[in-house]
Amino acid sequence: MKAWNRFKKSYLLYSFKRDPIAISSFSVLMVLVLISILAPVIAPYNTYDTATFDIMDAETPPSWMEGGSEMFMLGTDIQGRDLLSTMIYGLRVSLLIGVGAVLFQSFVGILVGLVSGFFGGKLDSFLMRLADIQFSIPYLIVAIFASAIFKLAFGIGRYEDLAEPLLIIIIGLSQWPHYARTVRASVLGEKNKEYVEAARVIGIDRRQIMFRHILPNTLTPVLVISTIQVANAIMSEAALSFLGLGMPITKPSLGSLIRAGFEYIFSGSWWITFFPGILLVIVILVILLLGDWLRDVLNPKLYKG
Amino acid sequence: MFAFIVRRIIQAILVMLVIGMVGFVIQHQIGDPVRDLVGERVTPAERAVIRDQLGLNDPFYIQYFRFIKNACRGDLGLSFFYKKPALEVIVSKAPATIELVIVTALILIVISIPAGIFSAIHPKSWLSRIIMASSTLGVAMPVFLTAIALIYFFGVELNWLPSYGRGETVKIWGWESGFFTIDGLRHLILPSVSLSTIMLPLFIRLVRAEMMEVLETEYIKFAWAKGLHRQRVWYLHAFKNTLLPVITVFGVQLGILFAFTILTETVFQWQGMGFMFLEAVERSDTSLLVAYLVLVGVIFVVVNTAVDIVYGFVNPMVRIAGTK
Repeated sequence: MKAWNRFKKSYLLYSFKRDPIAISSFSVLMVLVLISILAPVIAPYNTYDTATFDIMDAETPPSWMEGGSEMFMLGTDIQGRDLLSTMIYGLRVSLLIGVGAVLFQSFVGILVGLVSGFFGGKLDSFLMRLADIQFSIPYLIVAIFASAIFKLAFGIGRYEDLAEPLLIIIIGLSQWPHYARTVRASVLGEKNKEYVEAARVIGIDRRQIMFRHILPNTLTPVLVISTIQVANAIMSEAALSFLGLGMPITKPSLGSLIRAGFEYIFSGSWWITFFPGILLVIVILVILLLGDWLRDVLNPKLYKG
Repeated sequence: MFAFIVRRIIQAILVMLVIGMVGFVIQHQIGDPVRDLVGERVTPAERAVIRDQLGLNDPFYIQYFRFIKNACRGDLGLSFFYKKPALEVIVSKAPATIELVIVTALILIVISIPAGIFSAIHPKSWLSRIIMASSTLGVAMPVFLTAIALIYFFGVELNWLPSYGRGETVKIWGWESGFFTIDGLRHLILPSVSLSTIMLPLFIRLVRAEMMEVLETEYIKFAWAKGLHRQRVWYLHAFKNTLLPVITVFGVQLGILFAFTILTETVFQWQGMGFMFLEAVERSDTSLLVAYLVLVGVIFVVVNTAVDIVYGFVNPMVRIAGTK
């Protein structure tokens, strides 16, 4: 209750209420997240159950077009699955991988950044060199190479079975340097402040100083980059799936739906690509807009360009 | 300065050794060099003999050393699918990718510099608002979607432009070029436009931010005070000083564009290195994949090292910051 009262008076909420873009992106995002959590309840069909769809229904256009059927509002995909249901489940997979990858990378990145900034010395320069080198290569490229290697290592069949956890690890590993650098920079800023000194003087364990005293004070920039990183992770997953290095078509994400639909675009079945594509762009756009707003509010110093 | 260059080069070599290590492990642990060489129809006994002859039973570090030695001579193993040295396959695919990257770079320069400068000079104009809004949208739009949209409108609906392959090419000194035929140029348009959309938002924002920063500096205020003509202040005094950071970023990003061709080449079935890479993954062509990885690694490392050294010459702070 106390926390809620503090939140009600905070600058964060105040500026949120005054920013129409933030309000609308937040509500769109919340609706999408709710839909994806409640997918089994909301979706008209269960697309993971092969008994619910029929190949004879394949490539049915959306219901308002000629040849469309009342049963399938946005038409069907190439296997005869209801496109709306497939998209809802796809959104769920995409969001799950996006959030999972960010949790994984923030764990790795925060740990590396904290240790590196707190202890310094040889370990610091080694870890940061590593981060620098990986940072100079775009994360998407790292993810593409890593997933190609994993796919070879596991074989195509097993890779597809394990695609979800593997993608979380691959995408997480491709993006961790961002966290490590951010956390390290703020640890260096906090380390010499008086409260840390005071904690040290009264003889608190170093580990406890690191996690209980310094870590909470580095979390604001972490929050700011997290939103952007979720968008990036979802984008990476879509790109990997589009290249055939991600989710298999039996358990499609938005990216693999686009990949499957792309082959049929020449025969005029545009909806299989169009609707998942629009949904993907909307998801990424609202997260990015929200991230921009959060960055401006929490850390005006970071703002440039 | 000399020490700085040496340090950067040593670091580059170290990175290359690590990339080589990754490549070596993939080639020898995941792939099977014997299969790459002889195919599937050889008895296990004969395989064992070949294994021994190839030195695959040697200790790890000897094999790794041999791999590095061969790689330095340009020998990165045989491609299982093409039955040719992997490097040769890549080189034969390179012209397609290089041409794509060149055209993309031209598009990037021609669009991003005027757009960025315009939106910096007139930040309130409706045109700059459109530029900035579309660049935000561009960040949120994955390349393959842009590419598919372009194919759908210009290739399928309007039927103006070809949407896959390279079209007619001409061979000039062993270089398979699409620059000299109308058909080849027409085929280049859609892939290069969609590839450029990856970097376009970034560059427009970069040029705009740099230009805005320069416009705030003292010497520009002085130029206004002198009563110089607007055009002269903007395009001569301010523009010149936005160029340096833009050029350096451009240099680094150009190397990265090579890797990003994987995404556009798949959509357009462009017979370049990126398309070949994905085919290699599908076919489990380990040596080819490793060769591509190592090559892209070399491009990255060389470009980054070169940029760093040039930067060291221009900006002494970089040299000192690295020393510790």
